[in-house]
Amino acid sequence: AMDSDLSSQDRKDLDKFIKFFALKTVQVIVQARLGEKICTRSSSSPTGSDWFNLAIKDIPEVTHEAKKALAGQLPAVGHSMCVEISLKTSEGDSMELEIWCLEMNEKCDKEIKVSYTVYNRLSLLLKSLLAITRVTPAYRLSRKQGHEYVILYRIYFGEVQLSGLGEGFQTVRVGTVGTPVGTITLSCAYRINLAFMSTRQFERTPPILGIIIDHFVDRPYPSSSPMHPCNYRAGEDNGAVYPSVEDSQEACTTSFSTSPPSQCVFTVTKAHFQTPSPVVTDTLKVPVMGLAFSHQLSSSRLSCQPATLAVGSADMGYPVLFAGGLNAAHPHQLIGPGKEGGVPPMTSQPAHGTQADQERMCTPLDGVHYSAATPSSEDTETISNSSEGKCGSPHDFLEAICVRKVGAFVNKPINQVTMANLDIPFAMFAPKNVELEDTNPMVNPPDSPETESPLQGSLHSECSSDSSTGNTHDDFVMIDFKPAFSKDDILPMDLGTFYREFQNPPQLSSLSIDIGAQSMAEDLDSLPEKLAVHEKNVKEFDAFVETLQ
Amino acid sequence: PGAAASAMNCRAEVLEVSVEGRQVEEAILAVLHTVLLHRSTGKFHYKKEGTYSIGTVGTQDVDCDFIDFAYVRVSSEELDRALRKAVGEFKDALRSSGSDGMGQISLEFYQKKKSRWPFSDECIPWELWTIKVNVVNLANEQERQICREKVGEKLCEKIINIVEVMNRHEYLPKMPTQSEVDNVFDTSLKDVQPYLYKISYQITDSLGTSVTTTMRRLIKDTLAL
Repeated sequence: AMDSDLSSQDRKDLDKFIKFFALKTVQVIVQARLGEKICTRSSSSPTGSDWFNLAIKDIPEVTHEAKKALAGQLPAVGHSMCVEISLKTSEGDSMELEIWCLEMNEKCDKEIKVSYTVYNRLSLLLKSLLAITRVTPAYRLSRKQGHEYVILYRIYFGEVQLSGLGEGFQTVRVGTVGTPVGTITLSCAYRINLAFMSTRQFERTPPILGIIIDHFVDRPYPSSSPMHPCNYRAGEDNGAVYPSVEDSQEACTTSFSTSPPSQCVFTVTKAHFQTPSPVVTDTLKVPVMGLAFSHQLSSSRLSCQPATLAVGSADMGYPVLFAGGLNAAHPHQLIGPGKEGGVPPMTSQPAHGTQADQERMCTPLDGVHYSAATPSSEDTETISNSSEGKCGSPHDFLEAICVRKVGAFVNKPINQVTMANLDIPFAMFAPKNVELEDTNPMVNPPDSPETESPLQGSLHSECSSDSSTGNTHDDFVMIDFKPAFSKDDILPMDLGTFYREFQNPPQLSSLSIDIGAQSMAEDLDSLPEKLAVHEKNVKEFDAFVETLQ
Repeated sequence: PGAAASAMNCRAEVLEVSVEGRQVEEAILAVLHTVLLHRSTGKFHYKKEGTYSIGTVGTQDVDCDFIDFAYVRVSSEELDRALRKAVGEFKDALRSSGSDGMGQISLEFYQKKKSRWPFSDECIPWELWTIKVNVVNLANEQERQICREKVGEKLCEKIINIVEVMNRHEYLPKMPTQSEVDNVFDTSLKDVQPYLYKISYQITDSLGTSVTTTMRRLIKDTLAL
């Protein structure tokens, strides 16, 4: 009965509009979280392929995921399309940042013209989406992604699940469009308790001590081409071919009539249109560390670098405990590992798959990042359940991290390794545990005794002088040193040994305070005596001076 | 213009921003571009039988240099130039007026109504956006850094406000026939077609009264009559 007022042509058009609106919505959201500036060109001549008269590129993989999630359905009452945006750190911890919801409610607008007003309002709504996607906190986070974390997306269809966003999440409405079958609403719920602080951390907080795992730790040739331009077509190279969006029936040419003004003619033609697959180049940015060491350690697998993702800010009173730490989703690899050696390929289907239960990376990064870091124990529950306190076996998870972090070069047992709080998944977001570092002898070594041993004494020496912040509290601690290009067998003393021996030369005795103070006092005391002696010999001095003239 | 606008049943929105001198242009451009993104369509191409097709509007991200903020604008260099020119004039007027650094810049959308000779065409505004600008002076670098962030956050709120207004789907001019299109849209640009608009500004002196009212018409043909 509800549809009797709507002609079948209008109904078909409306369904088509809603379908493509949903697909374009996903494209706009995902593209806004890629970490790059988006730019498309205006074209005065309609190309026949730009839905809603907007130039929005279609990334094939994204469309594929969206269609998979929708599975031929359209957003309807109780069946919403959601795009979840989450952040995943290099350690494998992830956190939901936003949920974008495309919903339908029951409020119908029977009078509205489908092929004209609805279409134009959907176009307006997409423009609003373009604007709003740049003003939520996740936008700035996504522009800075690359080395320490990446932004992932996941599309699902059904009930909206907001519990993974933490407490106090905020919502922003993008807009609504009334149609004869219901009102389409588009909104975003976003986490606030971390995102706000994070954008500050990345910019202003001094670096803390941290150990960042080289992402390519499992690769046999870690230093060979760690980054390469990524291309969303790589999936095809790997064997998985995504059907192109441009099925002939999906094209649309819009034609509007103004005579008489109230009538509209909307024609859909079967035009073949080509959506060029965008080539998205790699946006990995290696943070500028400002330390000479970062180069020298490049051949080792462990990079000792102060983490620019910091905490240390007095504003945070408590570590941010993440609720959904172990999502079931595996990040889907955009780049097959086949080209690199030795990387175990990721399964593209999670063991416990629910529909559209896979995370996709928003950044075109080398997909091998996360093959090592994904925890083996999976929380198979969906987002709503994973918000209950800690997830699955955190200790196994953390142990995996710890083992990896300690690596080959650390002689200390795990619990003495200087690291931000081990109990917290988002170690890099947690406040620095100052006590941990203070008691660690590697950070604050005992005072150097006045002996000649070159290896004694503070390890801070050269490191701190190169530190970009000059903050001695956050000094750089070297765990071991493998200088590049040095070989052990050529000289009896190799570069590394030489370096270690002479990097901490003993202090000059005259410069050490105690001795200096002592001798100063002595000097002062003995001055009158010395003066007397010199006065006695004044004639000799004068004679000497004359010989010089 | 404000009083005239409300008399004509024109929708009016006011946004206020407090910014440092060097942030003035970026902040205003962010607002103007966001509004024009929603108030521009692709170029119309009229065909026979009164039908028309619409061109495609491209968009691009703009990063601000002096504000921690980014926004989306329509991909049209002509439109960007026109806005920058107007904003630049406003900024110069602010600076040279010797006032406390307060002024407002307005973006008005209007329709033209043809009148018979000897009467000139009427311009009937249907939407008016006013940005009140308050320029602050900061003492040191730390304050400037905080200002970068704060103004960025405020602009995020403004964008959300603008989108809210746009979503009300209130009055928009009817889609015109070919003969009427120049009464509704600015068809002078080659790649996009914004609704007819004009930008004007006022500088406020320290007594709060406006000392300069400058109308700048950015549409060439309206000057003819």
